Amino acid sequence: MAEALTPHQAHEEAANERATFGFWVYLMTDLLMFSILFAAYSVLHGNTLGGASPRQLFSQPVALTETLILLTSSFTNGIGMYRAREGKKNQMLVWFGITFLLGLSFLGLEIREFTKFFHEGHTLTSSGFLSSFFVLVGTHGLHITSGLLWMGTTLGFVMARGLTPGLVRKLSLLSLFWHFLDIVWIFIFTIVYLQALV
Amino acid sequence: MNWEHIILGNRLNMDALPHEWFTIGGTFGFILLPIAAVLLLGKIKGWKWLWGEWFTSVDPKRIGIMYMIVAGFMLLRGGLDALMLWLQQALGSSNMPGFLGVQHGYLSADHFQQIVTAHGNIMVFFVAMAFIFGLVNFIVPLQIGARDLAFPFLNTLGFWLYVAGVLMVNMFFAVGGQYAATGWLAIAPLQGKMFSPGVGVDYWIWSLQISGVGTTIAAINFIVTIIKMRAPGMSMWKLPLFTWGSLCSMCMAVAVFPLLTATLFLSFFDRYLGTHFFTIAGGGDPMLYTSMIWMWGHPEVYILVLPAFGVFGEVVSVFSRKPIASYVTAVLGMIGVSSLALSVWVHHFFTMGSGADVNAFFGLMSMVIAIPTAVLMYVWIATLYKGRIRFSVPMLWFLGFVWTFTIGGVSGVMLGIPPVDFQLHNSLFLVAHFHSNVVGGVLFGIFCGINYWFPKFAGFRLNERIGRNAFWFWIVGFSLSFIPMYILGLMGATRRLDHYDASTGWQPLYVVMLIGGLTIAIGVALQLAQILASVIERKRLADTTGDPWDGRTLEWSTASPVPEYNFTHIPTVSTRDAFWEMKKKALAKQKFEDIHAVKNTSAGVWISAFAFLAGFGFVWEITWLWVVSLAAIVISIVMKAFNEDSEYVIPAADVKKMEAERLAHKPKAPTAAEADSAEDMSVWELVKWLMAYAMEVVRTKRWRKL
Repeated sequence: MAEALTPHQAHEEAANERATFGFWVYLMTDLLMFSILFAAYSVLHGNTLGGASPRQLFSQPVALTETLILLTSSFTNGIGMYRAREGKKNQMLVWFGITFLLGLSFLGLEIREFTKFFHEGHTLTSSGFLSSFFVLVGTHGLHITSGLLWMGTTLGFVMARGLTPGLVRKLSLLSLFWHFLDIVWIFIFTIVYLQALV
Repeated sequence: MNWEHIILGNRLNMDALPHEWFTIGGTFGFILLPIAAVLLLGKIKGWKWLWGEWFTSVDPKRIGIMYMIVAGFMLLRGGLDALMLWLQQALGSSNMPGFLGVQHGYLSADHFQQIVTAHGNIMVFFVAMAFIFGLVNFIVPLQIGARDLAFPFLNTLGFWLYVAGVLMVNMFFAVGGQYAATGWLAIAPLQGKMFSPGVGVDYWIWSLQISGVGTTIAAINFIVTIIKMRAPGMSMWKLPLFTWGSLCSMCMAVAVFPLLTATLFLSFFDRYLGTHFFTIAGGGDPMLYTSMIWMWGHPEVYILVLPAFGVFGEVVSVFSRKPIASYVTAVLGMIGVSSLALSVWVHHFFTMGSGADVNAFFGLMSMVIAIPTAVLMYVWIATLYKGRIRFSVPMLWFLGFVWTFTIGGVSGVMLGIPPVDFQLHNSLFLVAHFHSNVVGGVLFGIFCGINYWFPKFAGFRLNERIGRNAFWFWIVGFSLSFIPMYILGLMGATRRLDHYDASTGWQPLYVVMLIGGLTIAIGVALQLAQILASVIERKRLADTTGDPWDGRTLEWSTASPVPEYNFTHIPTVSTRDAFWEMKKKALAKQKFEDIHAVKNTSAGVWISAFAFLAGFGFVWEITWLWVVSLAAIVISIVMKAFNEDSEYVIPAADVKKMEAERLAHKPKAPTAAEADSAEDMSVWELVKWLMAYAMEVVRTKRWRKL
C-alpha cells in the first residue's frame, strides 16, 4: 500500500477526509439540538394536566419493535457500506434497499402510534408533557424521513451513474447519519418509553 | 373556504402595510434604499459582474467583504436605534412637555420597547457577528496558508442565510409594522401568544433562526478549515493568534448555536401550533426558556469577543515590533475563556430562585473566568513593554480597548457576585457593563482589524489622519455615554425605561448620555469619511509590497489586494510568526503548479431566498407559502448535492501568466510604511475635495450619462 497517490487522488482523499470530519462536527451540533429536546422532556414530562401519564399512554412492545427494526437497519446499512466500498453495486443496492424498507416501516409504526394518540385526544396542545413528547420523538422521525429521502435519491443516482467516488462518499456520510439516529433513538427508548415504567 | 384566507393566511391584511412615520421611513431607508443601491451598482458596473463575480462567489475573500458591507450598513441602522433610545430617555422625564402627541418624550412605550429589541438583535446578530465572520473569512485562510475553505459552497450559503436574516429583521417595516417588544432575548412567557399576539415576536424568531442556522454552518466550515487545511509545517502551536481566537470562537458557536436553534423552534411551536413549552398555562415552564436561551446567550458574547482578542494579539505584536509576550499563555488564556464560558450562564438570573448553592457555583465560575481574560490583557500589555511602538490607528483602537474593556471586565466581576447582583440586577449598571465589553471589546476589535487589514481587502491602506479623529470621537463619546450609565444604574435606574419621574434627578445624566451618543455618531461619520478619503487617495495610499506594517504572519506574504488563489505556492512553515522568519531568509523559487478551484454557484442565493420566503410564511401563517418554500429548499439541496461538476483547475501556465501580469501592473507608488501619514487628507481637505467634485459634476452635467 506504499504507492504514492497522484495529485488528483490526494485531492480526492483530502476532500473525503474534510467531508467526514465536517459531518462529524455537524452530527455533534444535531446531538446538541436533541439535548435541548431531551431536557425539555425531562422537565415537562410530569406536567400531564390530569391527562394520560407516560405510563398509561405508551406501549412498550411497539417501541421495542421500533427499536429492533432500527437496530437491524443499522446492521444492514453497515453491510451495504462494505459492499459499496468493494464496488459491488448490485449487492450494495440490495442491502441499502433492505435498510430503506426497514426505515420506512419504522416510520410507519411511529406514524401509526401518533395517529392513535391523536384520535384518542392526546395532541401536541394537550399538555406540557405531550408537547415535549411529540416534538422530541417527532424530530427524530423527521430526521429519519430526511435520511430516507437522502438514501432514496442517492440510490437513484447510483443506479443511474454507478458507484462514483462522490456517491460513495455520500453513502458513507449517510451511514454515519443513520447510525447517529440509532443512538439518539436508544436514548429516546430509554428516557421516554422505559422510564415510563418506573 | 374563501380564497383570500388561503392566499394571505390568517393574519395578513391591508393594515399591515406601512402607515406610520417610522414604518414608512424604515421601508424607504432600510429596504428600498439598499435595493436601489444594489440596482444602481448593477447598472453601473454590469449585472454579470455583480451576480457572477460577487453574489454567486465562493471566494472567502469576496464573501468576507460582502459580510462587512452588509454589517456596516446594519451598524448604521442599529446606531440610529440607539440614538432614538437615548433621545427618548433624555426627553423622558415627566416634567418635559409632550411631543408628537405623546406624554413622555416622543415615542410610545410600546414603540420604545420594540426599538430596544431591534437594537439588541441587530447589533449582536447582524453587526458584530457579521463583522467577525467577515474578518474570519478573509483572514483565516490567508493566515493558515490555505487557498480556500473546506466547504466553499456552505460558506456562500451561510452568508446568504445571514442576508435573509437581515432582510427578515427589517421586513416588519414593510409588512406588519411592529417588531417584538420583548427585549432582545424575548423572555418567556412575554414572548408567548397570550402576551404578544402580534407578528413582532414571529419576525424576531425567524430573523434569528435563519441567520443562526447560517452561523452554525459557517462555524463548522471554519473548524474543519483550521484543523484540516493548514499549510505544511503549521502545527497548532504555530497558528497565529487571530486564527486561534477564531477557532475557539467557532468551537463555542458549534456548541451553543444548536441550542438557540432548538429553543427558537420550541418558541415557534408554542406560538404557531399551540404547544406548551414556555407558556404559563397548559403545563409549560417559562424558566426552562430562561435557562435554555442563556445557555446560548452567555457564550455568544464570548463567541464575539474571542476573534477580537485575536485581532488585538496580532496588532499589539506587529505595532510593537516584537513577538507576543507569551504566546502559549495567550493561547491557553483563549482556550480557558472559551471553555469556562459554557458554565456561567445562570449568572443572568441569580434573582430567579435557583437557590444559594447553584448561585454560589455560577458566581464562582463567573469570577474565575475573569482570570484567563485578565491573563490575556497582561500578555498584551507585556508585549508593549520595551517594544518599538507605532501609534497607528490600529494601535489606538487597541489602547482604547484596554481602557474600556477593563472597566467592563471589572464591573462584570462585580455583577458576578450574587449578593451584588441582587442589588444591580436589571439596572442600567448591567447595560453599561455589557456595552463596555461588546462595544469596547468586540466593536473596537473589529475597527482595529479593519484598519489593520484594509490593505489586504482593497490594495490601499486607510487614511490615518481621519482615522485618528474618528477614534477620539468614539472614545470620548463612549465615555460620555456609558460612564453616566453606570452611575444611573447605581442610582437605581432600571433598563428599558422609557420615562421616569423628574424627582429622581436622573435627567441630567440621561442628557449627558445623549451627548455621548451624538459624539459617537460623529465618530461613525468620520469613519465613513475615512473610507471615502482613502478611496479618493487610493493611488497615493496604494500598498505595493503587500506588507505595509512590517507584518509577521502569512497573510502579509501575499500581494495586496490578494489574488483569487491566495498563494501561488503553498508556503511551508517552520516557526511561529512564519512570515517574519521568511523575510529574514530569501525564498527559493518554486515551480508553478495546477490549482484546484471551486466554481461559483448560485445555489446559496436560491436556498436563502426560499428560506426567507418560508420564514415569511411562518410569520404570517400562510401555509402554502412555507410548504412550497420548504419543498423548494429540499429540491435545491438535492440538485446542488448531486451536481458533481463543481470544480475546475487553473493550469500552472495560467497561474504563471496571471502572476506575471500582476507584477507588470504593480503601481509604482511609495509603500505605505514609507509614506508620511501626516500627508493623508484631513477632513477639511476631504470636504473641499467633495465640493470641488460636486461643482465639476454640475459644470460638466455629468449626471446625464447615468
